Amino acid sequence: MSVNTCFASLGNGLSISLRDVPELAFDDFAAGIVGGVKAGKRVSALFGAPEKGCDGTALYAVLSDDARNSLEVARTVVKGDSFESMTTTCPQVHLFEREIAEQYGLRPEGHPWLKPVRWQQSRKGRDAWQRPSGEAFLPAVGDFYRVEGEEVHEVAVGPVHAGVIEPGHFRFQCNGEKVFHLEIALGFQHRGIERAMEGGPSIRSLHYAETAAGDTTIGHGTAYCHVVEALSGYRTTVHSHIVRGIALELERIANHVGDLGAIAGDTGYLPTSSFCGRIRGDVLNMTALLCGNRFGRGLVRPGGLRYELEEDRAEELRKRIETAEREIAEAVGLLWDDGSVMARLEETGTVSRETAVELGLVGPAARASGLARDVRYDQPSGIFRFSQLPVSTCDSGDVFARAYVRNLEIQRSIAFIKEQLGNLPPPQASAPMGGIEPDRLAVSLAEGWRGEICHAAITDGNGAFARYKIVDPSFHNWFGLAMALRNQEISDFPLCNKSFNLSYCGHDL
Amino acid sequence: MYKSVLVRLRQGHRTMRYPAGAPPALSDRFRGRPLVDAARCAACRDAAGGDACACVASCPTGAIEASPAGAPSGGAMRGGSLRVDLGKCLFCPDCGEACPAGAITWSGDWRLSTSRREDLVVGMEAPAPAGSPGGPAGAADMEAHALRLATALKKETLRLFGRSLKLREVSAGGCNACEADVNVLGTIGWDLGRFGISMVASPRHADGILVTGPVSRNMVLALRKTYDAVAEPKIVIAVGSCAISGGPFAGHEEVVGGIAGMLPVDLYVPGCPPHPLTTLDGLLRLLGRVR
Repeated sequence: MSVNTCFASLGNGLSISLRDVPELAFDDFAAGIVGGVKAGKRVSALFGAPEKGCDGTALYAVLSDDARNSLEVARTVVKGDSFESMTTTCPQVHLFEREIAEQYGLRPEGHPWLKPVRWQQSRKGRDAWQRPSGEAFLPAVGDFYRVEGEEVHEVAVGPVHAGVIEPGHFRFQCNGEKVFHLEIALGFQHRGIERAMEGGPSIRSLHYAETAAGDTTIGHGTAYCHVVEALSGYRTTVHSHIVRGIALELERIANHVGDLGAIAGDTGYLPTSSFCGRIRGDVLNMTALLCGNRFGRGLVRPGGLRYELEEDRAEELRKRIETAEREIAEAVGLLWDDGSVMARLEETGTVSRETAVELGLVGPAARASGLARDVRYDQPSGIFRFSQLPVSTCDSGDVFARAYVRNLEIQRSIAFIKEQLGNLPPPQASAPMGGIEPDRLAVSLAEGWRGEICHAAITDGNGAFARYKIVDPSFHNWFGLAMALRNQEISDFPLCNKSFNLSYCGHDL
Repeated sequence: MYKSVLVRLRQGHRTMRYPAGAPPALSDRFRGRPLVDAARCAACRDAAGGDACACVASCPTGAIEASPAGAPSGGAMRGGSLRVDLGKCLFCPDCGEACPAGAITWSGDWRLSTSRREDLVVGMEAPAPAGSPGGPAGAADMEAHALRLATALKKETLRLFGRSLKLREVSAGGCNACEADVNVLGTIGWDLGRFGISMVASPRHADGILVTGPVSRNMVLALRKTYDAVAEPKIVIAVGSCAISGGPFAGHEEVVGGIAGMLPVDLYVPGCPPHPLTTLDGLLRLLGRVR
């Protein structure tokens, strides 16, 4: 533990002066990360940032110390164009290092599979792969991990998929029906959100957060609001915190119900598929009851809310959530009672606890592999500081576990919403927002329905964002899906994919 | 088995009657077609002077244009005008909050789809400069009267697609909100299949494509190839502000900024994301089922 004493401690949703962020020699920085992860901490973010006054690149690390309910931050400055990779000793940084290589042209030497993440141009004008400058990249074009052998064949799927879903490319190495390896190549959805956040907050900033992953509008929107509030030293009213919490849980219920329906659909069990498809819409309409938009666009804003929750509206919401509770219990309950459904879900796409720990999985995917890991519990912010939700876990790590954890979470979220509606204080007048403080680092975590959302902002001397980092839970979890497919039948892919239901745009930004 | 039958009976028949019956109720906070109180807007605009309007400055996508009194802005406008491009509009509350006169509100009108891009730019002509405070009677709420909703496909294409329209969906940088609310149309509540419309798994099976997202550069080739793989005659539907104009990502070097310059569009469905009702209304207008 002693190696990590040089990291600074920080609470979720708080900010720290850049002067107080320890600047470490690279070896100490790396030892702090690797040693911290060995001691049970997680890497919530590891990212590059422009370094003032020299041509080096700063690297920032945000570690989550869940056991102590705190975050740890430190930085190092890399001069030159490479650094020593930590991936072989600390696998959960593998994608962060690839991202640093792509965004800042810094080569993590010794990285076992150094490929671009999003096929975007480097921000430094220096390319880690020495590709000719000025040439457009073709996404997903390049080497793929290959298994050689007479009986081995390759299956390529995407970017455009069969359903109404986002694009991504999947490359399977198969022996007959059996999948030896799945490699997932993303980046098709890259819209340049992090780059566009720089120089902000601007009139678009909140909209970028709301559309970083559009099905997680409240999760990312709230994480953004907490960053701005942390940087301006603002205290949000209790009413606002509660309504944000209710909206976050509604988002979770809607998506979990939709996922359970989709899992039932891919199992070929149509009753639950049909019922859940409709009920999901009812839950989206509850979010629309709050703010007019089914995805929660326009509900939260830095400083509070745009729409308050009055008494009669809260009463209407309570009635609707009670109806949904009954209907969900019925519709989803059918799954667990049906032998053929259970036979399909059990022992399909298993991710072991060890793999989940190594990869740093988050959200329902981690909890389904037995990890009691939940930002609402471990690093609570907002209303979750006052009202704790039990962490729903399952041990088997298979599709069943990922489905069952969702089922449990729906029940917990409904109970939470009913409890909050019973204690809702009337809207309070809020103080005006102050300006954003210069030269600070703010970190905000939120438990979105897919897992941990991390936003980190660094401000410049004028109080504008010099760097804004977004880590969607999918960034941690896509490799978990690849591991779930090991030694599975290729026909298990749709079901495994639904059980994770990861975000393409949240990963690609 | 018995339990599933019992649950089926309790869940009941849930497909809506619309368009034969009433559409599903929308939230009272639903932001549909924007409304501008002409008198308040004119007074505020005169005070602010054209582009300095707070609503214009607040709009994240530059969807609002204001011209001060006396400016030549086409038509027989007197007293200046405010124009909103629904193809850029995110239907967010920003302009309404920013307007010091409280002139901008939203109607519950979900019917927004058009056949032509220019029809999405709705002028809100102000009446003659009001000599009397409050402006002329009856002009308090001046609607976006110029919104020309989508019309049916031409005779031959309508004959081909009117009773069976198969669409291939391409998300090109979409945030999964448009995608999700297009997907919803396939659930039992909306049951898109009853109109002969369905989403198919290959462009070779499709009569057209439905595009969401601002068209990320990394999706240009895939989008182009998908479009080319659909047999003629084919149609293109742009769903959401991103697909129409780039939405909040307009101007980013990482995106093209919508499909308008890339593919010939037959139906524009604005929104961020469009409500399923808006998309369904647009599709039914395109097929001549709703006029």
